[in-house]
Amino acid sequence: MEILVTGLLLGGTYALIALGLTLQYGVARMMNLSTGETLVAGCFAAWLLFTVAGINPIFGLLVVAPLGFVLNGMIYLGLLRPLVNRAKNAGMLEVDSILATFGLLFLFEGVMQLAFGGSFFNYQFLAVPFQLLGSSYAMNRIVAFAAAAVIAGLLCLFLYRTRFGTAVRAVAVDPQAARLVGINVNLVAAFAFALGGAITACGGALLSTFYTFTATMGAVFTMKALIIVIMGGVGDVRGAVVAALILGIMETLVASLIDPGLTLAATYGLFIAVLLFRPQGIFGGKAG
Amino acid sequence: MKRSEIQGLGLAAVLLAAAALLPFLTEGFYLTLALNLAIYVALCTAWTLFSGPTHLVSLATAAFFGVGTYAVAIGIDFLPFPLLILCGGLAGALFATVIGAATLRLSGVYFVIFTLGLAELTRQIIAYLQTKVFGSMGLFVMTDHTEGDLFLYLVGLIGLIFATGWLIGRSRLGFALRVIGNDELVARHFGIKVARTKIILFAVSGAFIGMAGAILAPRYAYIEPQAAFNPTMSFMVVIMALLGGTRRLWGPLVGVVPFTLLSDFVSANFPDHINIVIGLAFLGIVYLLPDGVTGALEKLMQRRGGSTPTGDVR
Repeated sequence: MEILVTGLLLGGTYALIALGLTLQYGVARMMNLSTGETLVAGCFAAWLLFTVAGINPIFGLLVVAPLGFVLNGMIYLGLLRPLVNRAKNAGMLEVDSILATFGLLFLFEGVMQLAFGGSFFNYQFLAVPFQLLGSSYAMNRIVAFAAAAVIAGLLCLFLYRTRFGTAVRAVAVDPQAARLVGINVNLVAAFAFALGGAITACGGALLSTFYTFTATMGAVFTMKALIIVIMGGVGDVRGAVVAALILGIMETLVASLIDPGLTLAATYGLFIAVLLFRPQGIFGGKAG
Repeated sequence: MKRSEIQGLGLAAVLLAAAALLPFLTEGFYLTLALNLAIYVALCTAWTLFSGPTHLVSLATAAFFGVGTYAVAIGIDFLPFPLLILCGGLAGALFATVIGAATLRLSGVYFVIFTLGLAELTRQIIAYLQTKVFGSMGLFVMTDHTEGDLFLYLVGLIGLIFATGWLIGRSRLGFALRVIGNDELVARHFGIKVARTKIILFAVSGAFIGMAGAILAPRYAYIEPQAAFNPTMSFMVVIMALLGGTRRLWGPLVGVVPFTLLSDFVSANFPDHINIVIGLAFLGIVYLLPDGVTGALEKLMQRRGGSTPTGDVR
């Protein structure tokens, strides 16, 4: 039971990271492999705000999210849009965007390594026990989970209850048809990419409250985010959330019952199972 | 065979023979450098066999390399070294077949993502098995092979890879592959078994990479998961191959030499900056040299063979 709850709490943060990527990949059609670096940047931003300015990481989100939005928007408009324009077909764009975002992955990782060094970082925020169902959990994990749930809820409200959100979903389903009904696809794609970045950065900021982070862990989180997105079905918000929770529980199970060194193996096992049996994602629908 | 092909074959044979003489002429620094270059020439060419025509970016290089290395480490007490190289190749091919069967039927992105973490996954599993099941972290590979011997083995392997690549290019398999690379839908309508073709080629590529790993095992002497499965290697191979260009079999050669020198220089003098260099290299390739150096030169000259990288094989 303890494992289940811990895993669920971890999964909440994973869900945010994956939601960010699913917006970027599902709507903007950009497989952003540097998403893990956005997350790490979010961690460091929250850490800086907390240790230097003494700002509570939850309020820090108000700073981190706009930063993530602007930065990712700039990346999309400056670096990725030219690739979209020059690509002759979807395959070429895919290869180009993968290589370009690999470049960004290494570049950002290198820069953050230079800025912060290779050591481990963490800080004490709400590190008090919290009683739940007879066992105690760290308060910061609960708060991070709650904040993640609120953000995810807001995103859902936006996507399913507003006009612009509906446009975003329309582009996710079919960009050509969306253009036919008068949606500005270019604008929506750029917006979705930026919004995805903002959400990922928030996920990073929340993660930093209870997780020891380093400048070099971005690639691992890119992996996790990708696997969750594929597991949930590309562009599927609901699927991403469920998949993230499953992954969080799975990792915690393996780490506490078998060996902490095997968490990636667990992730991969899940990934292989999904690829073999449900490549279209948990909730099916269109093939990725 | 066309005349230009015969000339090309002759040139390749001469270059390989010249390279094979190197260990008898020099040792120490230059031999080590040549060995480093030879490793990446072998890896990049093997990588290009698969990823060139299919445009699928494989990041599994380090995984196959490590599997080959481990094949030697496990068998060194029982079998002679040349046989173990074959075992390494077999292990690489087997591994590639399994991975290919699981991922190559699906869209390209899945394949890239899957190979991205493959080296790390294999490393975790082997590290776990070694510590928990066998009780020791590393394995010793003690041989009396010098760097010169290993270099000769690698030159032989490079020759083999080029010969295979050339033969594949002339075969039905190579033709099928080019069709797939141009348009998968068309290939399917022609009755080409797309997934099977890709898997076969991936296995061939994996076999050669495994053999390269096996050849290099004596150089490490002490084999442990951290060293054998080095994810950076996969990225280096991608950069070098794409930098050189993957349209031609020898294209990667052009990328290997400058980038090996550059990365050696950077990691020796500015070890903290190596990631930035790799990142910039990726971006540079995408935005400035989408077809690699050879592609750009070819476009410039519009004349085939005008940029043959003679002397790059050493």
